[in-house]
Amino acid sequence: MEETGIGIWGVPLAILAGAIRVSTPFIFVSLGETITERSGRINLGLEGTLVFGAMTAYAVAVMSNSPWLGVLAAMATGAVFGLVHGWICKWPKVNDIAIGIAMMQFGLGLAFFLGKPFIQPAAPHLPAIQLGFWSSMPQIQAALNINVLFLLGAALAFILWWAFKNTRIGLILRVVGDSTDAARAMGINPDRVRLLATAVGGSLAAIGGAYLSLYYPGSWNEGISSGQGLMAVALVIFARWNPIGCFLAALLFGGTGALGPALQSVGVTQGYYLFYAAPYVLTLVIMIATSSPTRSLAGAPGALSLTK
Amino acid sequence: MTVQANDPAISVVSGKPASLRPVLEWIARRAEPVVIGLAAILIGLALFSLFILAIGKSPAMLFQLMYTGGFGSWFSVQNSLSRAAPLLLTALCVALPARLGLVIIGGEGAVVLGGVAAAAMATPLAGTAPVFLTLILMGIAAMVVGGIWIGLAGFLRHYRGVNETISSLLLSYIAIALMNQFVEGPLRDPASLNKPSTKPLPPEYMLGNIPGMDVHWGLVIGIVACIFSWILIEVTSFGFAARIAGGNVRAAQIQGLPVGKLIVGFTAIAGSFAGLAGMVEVAAVQGSANASLAAGYGYTGILVAFLARHNPLAIIPVAILLGGIDASGGLIQRRMGLPDATVLVLQGTLFIVILFCETFFGRFKIFNPDLWKRSL
Repeated sequence: MEETGIGIWGVPLAILAGAIRVSTPFIFVSLGETITERSGRINLGLEGTLVFGAMTAYAVAVMSNSPWLGVLAAMATGAVFGLVHGWICKWPKVNDIAIGIAMMQFGLGLAFFLGKPFIQPAAPHLPAIQLGFWSSMPQIQAALNINVLFLLGAALAFILWWAFKNTRIGLILRVVGDSTDAARAMGINPDRVRLLATAVGGSLAAIGGAYLSLYYPGSWNEGISSGQGLMAVALVIFARWNPIGCFLAALLFGGTGALGPALQSVGVTQGYYLFYAAPYVLTLVIMIATSSPTRSLAGAPGALSLTK
Repeated sequence: MTVQANDPAISVVSGKPASLRPVLEWIARRAEPVVIGLAAILIGLALFSLFILAIGKSPAMLFQLMYTGGFGSWFSVQNSLSRAAPLLLTALCVALPARLGLVIIGGEGAVVLGGVAAAAMATPLAGTAPVFLTLILMGIAAMVVGGIWIGLAGFLRHYRGVNETISSLLLSYIAIALMNQFVEGPLRDPASLNKPSTKPLPPEYMLGNIPGMDVHWGLVIGIVACIFSWILIEVTSFGFAARIAGGNVRAAQIQGLPVGKLIVGFTAIAGSFAGLAGMVEVAAVQGSANASLAAGYGYTGILVAFLARHNPLAIIPVAILLGGIDASGGLIQRRMGLPDATVLVLQGTLFIVILFCETFFGRFKIFNPDLWKRSL
């Protein structure tokens, strides 16, 4: 980093910038997982969906020269992964957690397999909006250089929060998630609702992947994801299945991830790697503090196998 | 279901020789997992063949190469066995808690920390202490650390109600960060420049090969651990209590079984095996602890355990089979021009199909003697 002139203030600014930059995939994956879990099913395979989405988005963007077409293609493949997961899990005796792990391995394998030819070529990036134009400081300009997907994700969080409470679809989703029997009594087919919820969740997770390959870090390789898809499961618990909570938690996770590099830039190098563990420690501590052996987590969907 | 049909008296009434029916019942009950398991593998291979056909390659050639690369020669068999060794231990890390109804997926963290603990133990001892003692202490250090790590997930599950799947996963990420911290910081060998590592073990301190084979002792350790686990689950009262708790926690508690101790004990034993896998990686393969420890053995172990339906003895052939598939990856890459991820696609396909086929258990009359006609 060049000489800043804002000294120690560079740290919070870098954390803010990092939070915004890093959090976008977290926002989409966790919102997707929230929709799935609110329907009473858990999809642990979003890591595979995310990486496959990243590959698809990159490949389609390379071939069509349109990043937005890439995002759409990623959403379609994410929905397919979700449909496969949802369809398999409707059968009796099938463990949704284990299927998620299997889908993760399958998705990662398939993404590496099909993505091999796309490691070299460069894809067009998604556009960003310069919200820092008012400042003359390059740090602030860089920090406020915000991608469109971040804004879409933020909007989606609020829309989902509203929709869960106020729309018919939101109500159906919550009924299915809280009690399979109650949903059946209302004449709702729980399997179909969960199938669709998993498909929507998968397509949102794939958008998170598209952001990784088409904006930041902005290239496709086999190490593109640092576990965002898996972290999302923890993040959703952390956020108590609340979409706005997911958005804030995603910012927090992004910010803690940026803490290490930001401190390093001002000369603090001790414990550099431990900062990477900060989001995980935070989630674990909160889970320990709020769980209880006698009741399920507050705010948890009743039919969710995870909290039983 | 119908208890009557099980009554030996009835088969006497049926007019057939009374000795035949118990034998058939015995076979039928044990045939179910084998038949469904093999059918699942065949379906998985068929789907994978379709995928290979779809990209314009020959599945027959692929399976041929897979056999050649995994088991076709003594060299490849030894290669497969070496790759199976860590999988035996990481699969136990999933299978043992699974018998208690817990899904632990964080074995990777115990492997990584076990490796670091073993390397940390070896650093002051190597060169001064006797070789055998050093290796034993390395193994103990790795098992203790791995046991604490996964045991913590079990402890949190029982005493705090924290979901063990998520907590073990979080713990595994924390473990990888801790490893990086140790390997880059206090334990770093100044001589390791490009790839930060701990101080390498002197060659004479390495865990050598089994006599007459080019396979390290890790394989024997893994097989012994599998046999030990089988005895623990199937023979001891500890294992019996664990199976009851795995079937129905409430029933176990009403019976006065120490469910908490069982959960913590089983997860700790499971974690200590995964930690031991890390020690084997350090002492037999890498020679030092570094980022290569997080090579995904923990995750492949999940697949092995589910394929083996959490039966410790079944883990042995399954781990060797997957080790073989893994070993053939290079050959497939060279001969057919397919990416190395081909093996991952096959593993993922098999994994999904096998889990899906769980749904067929208990659906076929032929495997359930209780539902047979009396006239048989």
